[in-house]
Amino acid sequence: MARYVVGRGLSIALVLVLISIIVFAATHVLPGSAATLILGEYATPESLRALEQELGLDRPLAVQYLAWVGGVVTGDWGYSLAMKQPVTAIVGLRLRNSAALAALTLVAVILVAIPLGTVAAVRQGRWLDLAILTGSYLGISVPEFVSGMLLILVLAGPSLHWFPTGDYAPLAAGLRAWLSHLVLPVLALTLVLVAHVVRQTRSGLIEVLRSPYVRTARLKGATERRIVLRHALRNGLLPAVTVIALDLGYLMGGIVVVEEVFAYPGMGRLILYAIQNRDVPLLQVSILIVAATYTVANFGADMLYAWLDPRIRYR
Amino acid sequence: MKRNPALALGLLLVGAVIVLSLAAAAIAPYAAAEQHIADRLQGPSPRHLLGTDQYGRDLLTRTLFGGRPALVLGLGAVALGLALGVPVGLASGYAGGRTDEAVMRVVDAFLSFPALLLALLIVTALGATTGHALLAIGVANAPGIARIVRSQTLAVKHEEFVLAARAQGDSHGYVMLGEILPNLLPPIVIEATIRVGFAILAGASLSFLGLGVQPPQADWGLMIREARQYIFLSSWPLLCPGAALAITIVGFNLFGDGLRDWLAARA
Repeated sequence: MARYVVGRGLSIALVLVLISIIVFAATHVLPGSAATLILGEYATPESLRALEQELGLDRPLAVQYLAWVGGVVTGDWGYSLAMKQPVTAIVGLRLRNSAALAALTLVAVILVAIPLGTVAAVRQGRWLDLAILTGSYLGISVPEFVSGMLLILVLAGPSLHWFPTGDYAPLAAGLRAWLSHLVLPVLALTLVLVAHVVRQTRSGLIEVLRSPYVRTARLKGATERRIVLRHALRNGLLPAVTVIALDLGYLMGGIVVVEEVFAYPGMGRLILYAIQNRDVPLLQVSILIVAATYTVANFGADMLYAWLDPRIRYR
Repeated sequence: MKRNPALALGLLLVGAVIVLSLAAAAIAPYAAAEQHIADRLQGPSPRHLLGTDQYGRDLLTRTLFGGRPALVLGLGAVALGLALGVPVGLASGYAGGRTDEAVMRVVDAFLSFPALLLALLIVTALGATTGHALLAIGVANAPGIARIVRSQTLAVKHEEFVLAARAQGDSHGYVMLGEILPNLLPPIVIEATIRVGFAILAGASLSFLGLGVQPPQADWGLMIREARQYIFLSSWPLLCPGAALAITIVGFNLFGDGLRDWLAARA
């Protein structure tokens, strides 16, 4: 296991470096240099050049990249041009908000999808299975900005004002207020992801239920309940773990869209704000954080998978 | 066909969306940008069968025209993804060894970049237009396609017919394109079909975020973006493009799944 962990860890580190290069390269071709943004369109060429020199924008690209990465690693995340404050001061709250959104979504997905997928597999081919499959097909196919706005329309409208239409409340304002702002965004994200995980759980479990060891358990007289819960589910859930890991990437994108729909101040909306205001330092760091979170989470999923299935770590 | 309802229903939905989008100019009751200021944000009526938006534009008309950018984005982005991903995956898998290892590390780096974020980054760098959204989604699709083509290439490259072609002196280029690629077509077609639905979804998401199709064009994602402000005044500007998007994506997903089962049954 130790060898596997170190090997995966090294390749993750390499991937992180490549990601930082992608982010830096993509944001570097943005039209309009930081100097133009700070001084405005009517600045004289001399003052622009002076400021570029001061900011180090006249140095070779590789040097600029190394300086930027060095800063990110040592905690100097640069200065937001649009918000006029250090990026470190801006990111904390949004990161916590997005983390809350993502964590609650994952918990909701696991609590809903695995039982549904299990029921569908056990009742394979019956109407309950068909209903769950049809529902999951719709879940995959309705974009989260559509389902999100439908949720607002029905549950946050003037007639049924059960939840706020958007924004957020700090935890300090009370658990109830905090949660009430999270319910609809979590629901919108959950609908899509539940669909993925249900399909994966169902097909994984159906395959396991046909395997010889499950037949042995049946022949030995174990109850159907015990067979599913004790024997089949443990192996049948492996594909579901993979799809949950893959969905983390989808979740990172979904968060951008859903935070925009519900005006929820998290990393996704921060990225959109940075894009709209051409705030390169803020954009670089916020995209890097989200991408790095995803990579590290993937690493965690790999470890979990290897722990659950010893065949993987000995390959 | 009877044994495969998914394929039949998928074909029907995809066919209907393509025909309606192509025929939009002929069957739509109004011009796409025609405004009826007196009829703003109305529900369905004989004059406007699906109601109107905030400028009094006919929603049936705009929903019909909105299929065009969706199809262009979805099909175009997947075509671009194939054009980039297939050669890379094929060459990398065929070359094997260190080259393959290095190429796949780069592919992994792109894959571990959440697809929508990669698209956002590209659109931001180039500017928000329909063409750039297509480019961004195409590029975001390429690494996944490259990975699948590579693994399929690895599965085929030690088969006897490949060794025979090499033994009789065929060039590497010919072996890749003439011998290996034709054998990869079924999995590539399935992969591409399934990706069209997701590409349409990604395109609509970019337009919804204001980073894809720009106003005053008719596009489903953009229509939903514009519907946001007026959602409690009229839900039709949300429901029409939302339903059209969902039907189109369901159609492509059913078609892809059905195609996979059909090809698996034939094999």
